Parts: sequence; C-alpha cells; structure tokens
Amino acid sequence: MNLFQALLQPWTWRLAWRDSRSSRRRLFLYSLSISLGIAALVAVGSLGQSLRRAVDEQSKALLGADLVVSSRKPFGEAEEALLQRLGKDRSDEISFASMLSFPAAGGTRLINVRALRGPFPWYGSFEADPPSSVEAFRNGEGLLVEEGVARQFNAQVGDPVKLGEWNTRIVGLLRSVPGDSFAFATLAPRVYMAFDRLDTTQLLGRGSLVRYRSLFRLPEDPVGKQWIEELRDPLKELRLDIDTAEKRREDLGRTASNLNGFLNLVAFIALLLGAVGVASAVQVHVRQRLPQVAVLRCLGAPMAATFAVYLIQAVALGAVGVLTGIALGALVQRAVPAAFASLLPFPIDVRFSFSAAAQAAVAGLVVSSTFALLPLLEVRRVSPLAAIRVAFDPGRAGRDPARWLVIAAIAGAVLTFALLQTREVRHGLGFAAGLATAFLLLAGAARLLVILSRRLVPTWLPFAWRQGLASLHRPQNRTGTLLVSLGLGTFLILSLQLTRASLLQSLSTPPGERRANAILFDVQPDQVEGVGDILQRLNLPLVDGAAIVTMRLSSLKDRPVSEWLTNSTEDVPGWVLRREYRSTWRSNLVDSERLLRGTLSPRIDPGTTPVPVSVESGIAKDLGIDLGDRLTFDVQGVPLDCVVGSIREVEWRQVRPNFFVVFPDGALEAAPSMHILATSISNATESAILQREVVGEFPNVSVIDLTLVLSTVEGVVSKVALAIRFMTLFTIGTGIVVLAGAVVTGRWQRMQEAILLRTLGASQAQIRRILIAEYAGLGILAALTGSLLALGSGWALAHFLFKVPFHIQPSDLFLTLITVPLLTVIVGLAASRGISSHPPLEILRRES
Amino acid sequence: MQPLLAVDRLTKVYRSGTHDLTVLHEVSLAVLPGETCAIVGPSGSGKTTLLGLAAGLDTATSGSVRLAGEDLGPMDEDSRARIRNRHVGFVFQNFQLLPTLTAMENVLVPLELRGTNPDREAAVRLLKRVGLGERLDHYPIQLSGGEQQRVAIARAFINRPQLLFADEPTGNLDGDTARLIVDMLFELNRDAGTALVLVTHDPELAALCQQVLRLRNGRRVQS
Repeated sequence: MNLFQALLQPWTWRLAWRDSRSSRRRLFLYSLSISLGIAALVAVGSLGQSLRRAVDEQSKALLGADLVVSSRKPFGEAEEALLQRLGKDRSDEISFASMLSFPAAGGTRLINVRALRGPFPWYGSFEADPPSSVEAFRNGEGLLVEEGVARQFNAQVGDPVKLGEWNTRIVGLLRSVPGDSFAFATLAPRVYMAFDRLDTTQLLGRGSLVRYRSLFRLPEDPVGKQWIEELRDPLKELRLDIDTAEKRREDLGRTASNLNGFLNLVAFIALLLGAVGVASAVQVHVRQRLPQVAVLRCLGAPMAATFAVYLIQAVALGAVGVLTGIALGALVQRAVPAAFASLLPFPIDVRFSFSAAAQAAVAGLVVSSTFALLPLLEVRRVSPLAAIRVAFDPGRAGRDPARWLVIAAIAGAVLTFALLQTREVRHGLGFAAGLATAFLLLAGAARLLVILSRRLVPTWLPFAWRQGLASLHRPQNRTGTLLVSLGLGTFLILSLQLTRASLLQSLSTPPGERRANAILFDVQPDQVEGVGDILQRLNLPLVDGAAIVTMRLSSLKDRPVSEWLTNSTEDVPGWVLRREYRSTWRSNLVDSERLLRGTLSPRIDPGTTPVPVSVESGIAKDLGIDLGDRLTFDVQGVPLDCVVGSIREVEWRQVRPNFFVVFPDGALEAAPSMHILATSISNATESAILQREVVGEFPNVSVIDLTLVLSTVEGVVSKVALAIRFMTLFTIGTGIVVLAGAVVTGRWQRMQEAILLRTLGASQAQIRRILIAEYAGLGILAALTGSLLALGSGWALAHFLFKVPFHIQPSDLFLTLITVPLLTVIVGLAASRGISSHPPLEILRRES
Repeated sequence: MQPLLAVDRLTKVYRSGTHDLTVLHEVSLAVLPGETCAIVGPSGSGKTTLLGLAAGLDTATSGSVRLAGEDLGPMDEDSRARIRNRHVGFVFQNFQLLPTLTAMENVLVPLELRGTNPDREAAVRLLKRVGLGERLDHYPIQLSGGEQQRVAIARAFINRPQLLFADEPTGNLDGDTARLIVDMLFELNRDAGTALVLVTHDPELAALCQQVLRLRNGRRVQS
C-alpha cells in the first residue's frame, strides 16, 4: 500500500480523528502558531488590493490634471505655441519658496507659495476649511494657508499675514491638494494665492528659484493620449518636464506593489516562525504517539497507513490554523488603514479580499505541511519491536535520507514565495539567504545553549537556577524552536530601531559643534552685506557662503543637447541633460570635496574659453564625460564653452552648499547670480529671531531651518517605522503563541517534576523560581542572539544601503535586553499556571 | 514513647458530581520511632490515600495527622512541604528521579531544597552503600530500573529522615532486584533508626514489618 492508497482508505481518516481525541485542545493551540502569520498575509493582501483599486479609481485625482508641463524658467514664445495646441482647459501656477510672516504671533516660516490662475484641480478638489475659502483665494482676497503652519503660529481664519510686501489675511486652512503627498506638505508647507496678486508681493526677483507649471485637462482617451504622444518629443526638446496622470498611476502602482511585496515578506516571516512552531509541536505529538504507532504496526497496519494517519492530522492542524488566521485577518484588516494611512497619498477603504485570503491559505497550508513533514518522517521508521521494548529510542535509528528531500521542499517553498513577492531573483535569493542565515545562527545559538546548560552551569548557583537551566536540555526540550522564534522577533524589531537611529543620527548635529544648520537663500548680490550685518548683530557665525549662477547644458561633447535628447539610443539619462545647473565659482576645494582626477584651475582671465571646470564624479559618470571633454552651458542666454579640467568627489551628506559644477574665479562674476549663506543656530528662539529679522529687512530672502527639516524627516521615518512595527507585531505575537504552545506541550513533564519536587519538600516559591530561571535563561539568550544579529544587519543596512555611519542607541539595546526576557518569563509563567500548586498526592495516584 | 506518626480517625471523602465517595473511613494508626509498618489491601482499598494523607501530600476531610509532633491539619501546603523536607523520605514504585540530573545530583535535591550546603560526601557515602559508587555522574536514563530505585533510596535517606514512606517500592522490579532493595530499606531502617511505612501487595514484605495495617473499602480490618 502506498501513501496515496492509504489516504483513500476511510479507516485512515477514522483513526486520525479518533487518535486526536485526547489532544484536540492542545492541537488547536499549536495550530494557532500559524494563524497570526496568515492574518498578516490576509491583511496585507487586502491592503494591496484596495490600494491597487484606489490607484486605478483615483488615478486622475492623483495629479488633479491629465497633463502637467513644468519648467524652471517662464514659458517663451516657442513653448507657448506648443502649449496652445493642448486646448483651452488650462491652469497656470507659479511656485517658489518664500517666508510668510504672522505678525500676531511675531513669527515667520519658510513656505512654498503657489500662485494659481484657472480652475485647477480638474479632478478631485482642494480640501479646505471653510470650503468657501478656495473661491476666496482665487478671487485675490487673501491666502489659503497649510493647516499645520497656521496651527504652529496659533493663527485662525481672518488673521493678518504678510507675504513679501503684501499685507493680507488668511482666508482658509488648507488640508489637501490633489497630487501632493503628506511628506511634501510637511517639508514645504503650501500657501495658495491668486496669480494676479503676485506683483503685490514683489517677491519675484532675479535668480529666484521659481517653478512654472501649466496644468491641462485633455479630451477623453484616445484623443487625449494621442495629443500627449504627439507633443511629448517637441516638449522634451524644449526641455520642459511633463507629468501625466497615467505616469503617476504607474509610479504609484509600482510603489504600492513594492510596499506590498515588502510587507508580505514581513508577514511571511511571521508565517514561517509559526510553521516552525507547528513542526515542533507535531514532533512532540508524534513522539508521544510512537508507542501507539508501534502497536498499530504489530497489529498489521502498513507503514503508509500509519504515516497517513499523522499526515492527515498535521495537515488538518495547518488547515485549522489557516481558517482561524483568515478570520483573524478579516478583523485585523480594519486596523490596517490606521497603521498605514499616513504613508498613503489618499484615504483608502480597505476591504477584505477573498483572493488575498485564498493566497494566504495556499501559502499557509504548503508551508505548515512541508515543515510538519520533517518530524512526521519518524513515523515511517517506527519498528513494531518498539511495542515490546520499553526503552526504544527513535533517535538512534540513524538519519533518514528522505529528510533531505523534505528540507529541499521547505527551501523551495520559501524561495518560491520570496521570488513571487520581490519579483526580482537577486532580492528573492537575498531574502531567502538572509532568513536562512538568521535561522541557522539562532538554531546554532540554541544548540550552544543546550550544551552550555548541560556542561557549564556553575555549581555555586542556587538550586532553583541550576534546576531551571537544566530544563533547557531536558529530553524533548523545545529550546531550539523557542530561541529561533523569540530571537527572530527580537532581531527584526531591533534592526528596525537601529536603522532608524542611524538615519536620524546622520541628520543631526553633534552637540557643541557649530555646523551649518540654517541656510539663507535667494540673497541678491547687493543684499549679501546687509544679511551679513544681521548675522553679526545676532552674534551668529557665517559658516559658509556661495554665489549661485543658474545655467543649462546646451551641448555635450560638441553635440547639441537636443540631439542627445531625441536620440533614444544614447545612454545619458534625460534629467542630467534637461536639468538646471546651479553652479558657483571659487579657487579652492572645500571640506566636503576631494579631487579625484585632473587639476583645479583657481582662476582665469575674464573672457578665456574654454573654461576649465571641475565636475562632480557622479554626474560626470551620468553624462559620460571625463577629463578633456567639452561642454557648453547656456548661462541665462549667454553660451559659455567649457572643458572638464578636474573630477571631484562630493560628500553630499554634509549640510553646506555643494555643487555639480564649479567654475574658476573670473568666469562667472558678470552673470546674474544669487547668494546662499549658511549659519549655525542653537535653538528655536534663535531661529525665530533670525527669520524675523531677515524677512523684515529683505522679504525676498528665505531661511531654511534644518533642525525643522530634521524633525520632519524624523516624522516621516517614525510613520514608516509605525507601519513596519505594526507588521512585526505579528512576528512577536507568533513568538508568544509558539512559546505558549511549547510550554503547554512540556506541561505534563514539568508538572511531574514539580509534583516530585513538592513531595520532596519544595515550596511553591521554589518551583516558581525554577520556572523563572528556565524562561529567563531562554529569554536572555534569545535577546542576546537577536541583538547580535540586529547589530550585524543594522550595520550592514546603514553601511551598504543607506550609506550613513552606524549609530547604536544604547537605550534601544538596553530596552530589548530587558523586555524580551521579561516577556518570555511572563508568557512562560502564564502558560505554566497551576503547575506549582498541583497537589503532590498525584505522585502516588499515577503509580497505582 | 510518643508516636512519630499519629493518625487519628482519618476520613477522606471525594465529591464526584452530586454524590460523595468515601475512600477512607475513620482510620487510625500510630508509628513509633524506628518502627516498621506495612499497609496492605486490595486495589482501591485506600492504601495510597492513607499514605498520601499521612505524609501530608493532601488534606483529610476529617480526623487528624500528627507528624514529628506537629499537627498537619491547620498547615498550608508550603508548611507541610517544609515538614516533609525535614522529617520524611520517599521511595516510589516508579523511582521518580529527575531526568535532567545525575545520580549524585538527584540524591542532593532534598538538601538543595532546604537551602543548606549540600553534603556531597554524605551523598557519595550513601550511593556507595547502595552499590552505585562508580555511577555518580550517570543520568537516570543510563541506569537500570533497580539502579534507579537504589538512587531513590539514597535520596530518601540523605536528609536523615525520621520516617520513610515507600509506595510499592518493589512493584516495578524483578525478584532478585526487589529482594536487594528490601534488604537495603530494612538495613538503613535499622542503622539510622528511621521508621518505615510501606504500601505493598507483597505478603512476604508485609511479614517483615512489626505492624501490619489491613484496609478494605477504606476501613481498617483486623489481621
């Protein structure tokens, strides 16, 4: 009889059902190990589907228009001629950074001004309080101010504000604009105003960093699509940037599926942990049943039939876990929007997805069954002799070659899932390899713990501790499973914390160091001295400063840029050809720069061509240029021939004016320029005074307070961390269920020991101390191993992925090393409840 | 002479659903220091219950137990555990060794629980006396049934108990080993002056005791 035939026998199913009688409740608890993983997969899958649906439904509202054309300079005649062809449904917007004053609060804040003409948005709408304020700002009655900024200065609708030279009032508070994400709003708070009032502000000076946008509604597809296709190349030739609703949808769709893939992998880790829990529970279950298997074999049951009995039980166990998980997932997905809302560009309504549930069910059944096969193999090796030989030890029967097949199946299942989620072989293999490494290291640590607890527990330890630690190597211990599940949970959470700390640390200024953390820009040449005076008056250092001249590339290696742009076979990315270069001139390198090749020309005589320029190594690589290659820049209408004289490496992380292209002294002085100055402020009050003084005297000058940017970045990182932490909760939860399951499995044995010890005179407190010692030992080692792994992965992520110095927040580490053992002890004691108080009389009862 | 163990009109009733089941009915027993006593009777007669109540492993429904001069009745479980640890030793049918501890460590457990400095030399002496001087570091799984029971006897005597309770101490052993174990029990009883209370089915073993208590349906019957 083979396995397939055995599975067709009603007897097999009947026996599987009857055999489970005495342990159904326990089996149900084991099955819960995979439920949280399944619930996470269902919740994430539902989120993914809802996100895709929302992206499809709201694709046009993502941009608010069908087509947006933008440029850093005003549209000229040629541009206008093209834009005219796009129809009359057009809005225009000019946006730039500026300072907004709140006279009542006496504060100023850098904002993003958007002067709008026309009925934009074409799709979706402004969300503002009161709703009528949208009409009011369009009519030039005042400013529609980002709600967060207004709140910062305690300003209400109707309060006076000053933008440049325009003294006006707040007409409403802005909540959202189609097409902008939350990160944009917090980095540069938006203030909308009527296009016609722009002159009143007198803010548009020479060299200001202004963006011009035209936003179009096009006829329905296919006509609209055709228009875009027809005009795409001519628009690109004029170096206009274009954005379409379709492109937004694709970008967002890609981001959504990347996010979904990532979250799915996190959920999958929880499922895998659960599967390890199931496998280890099946192992204990099967071991307890081995004498019964031997009896069945004595009575003539074929090996395939006995194997089938326990296979049915293991698969049923997985199925119960899957069903519970799906039910749990249906509940959990209600919490998903709250955890992810701040990351999404629009509110979404997460609905339970049946296909996500089906996918999770398949993943759950495949993973739990393949994992359970490993301990089930033992059933095949049970000799009927075991029924009459009491001291039968299945472990001595030698290794089963089928084990390798099962291990290969497990690896295959994990790899398949990883590949399906990441959709990239390298990432899928990386995930699977990383996971295997973590599992192996944790399993290795568990082995080490077992050996150490047997050999190295010092005799001077109190009895309770020695006895507790001895339990870690008791027969049928679950030390390995528990250490892997607890350690992996620790590892995931701590890696996240460490990465977050490294990212934030890299952005903050070390205390006591006067590093530039406030940047003043748009300073006109004739204002440099005045701004310098203000800094001196306020006793603030001038840390850095540079003149900026804006320019565009007009030819590269003696070929016009338009030719490079239209020839799609070229390897040069479009953005480096189209972008606006903000360059400076100076005769030396600064701290953040290092010369790689060539020589830096300190100065040239005015009028010398070609001008030897120094190019940053990254952009030189993108442009495909090296020493001696020729470039021509269009410096606001004047062509300037240049040659690559040197290649520099720039450390961009340093907060200071850094440049792609540096000219020698004497080349650019005559060109229209603006200046950027950097200073160092030490607190919010200093920042407020500086902003007020500068804006009061020079309304066109803007001040970026980088400490504010840092807190914004921290906000973004925290929101991402919240979402990831939400996911790791499933892993932790699984760890707890596996722990509880393991304790319950070993409960009988523990109870016997506890009763014996009580008979010999142990107090309840002593029994509890023994249990505490065991779980504390387990928790401490899980915390240590998980922390070491997290330190390794945190370092690797900081070093290779984020390229920031690795920073350890001691409190994170300390908290982990305290919390994990504490949690382990609490769960362990909770699941062992009643063990220490069992009446010792049972020791006699079980003998008679 | 004051009895070491004084059991007076002991009754134990188990409540099973709506009706009560009396497993022990007003049984009295007195054991003097150094005396040996066998409790015999058919299965279900209440032998084990009597042993458990006498050793303070459970509380009686009525009646009293005085062990080493102390009344177990009003004590809580931890106090009774303390009395057991100081004055009582146990030997079980199934040996009941801790599988994670070596023979030596198993013997030391009662002293460890007491919190006193474990007297290793005494443990070695006892293990040598029961013939396991060469197997101090062996785990229970590495010992035969008879050897495990000898470790259990050494453990029972390590705290110099005044009273040793043995529940079917030879029930799981073959004839030769059983005789060896019985000899050891009585030898230690003589040498250390330890009183012995044992539950047995074996009439030969019961005949070796100075006092025999027969139980039937929870009541004491005359020999």
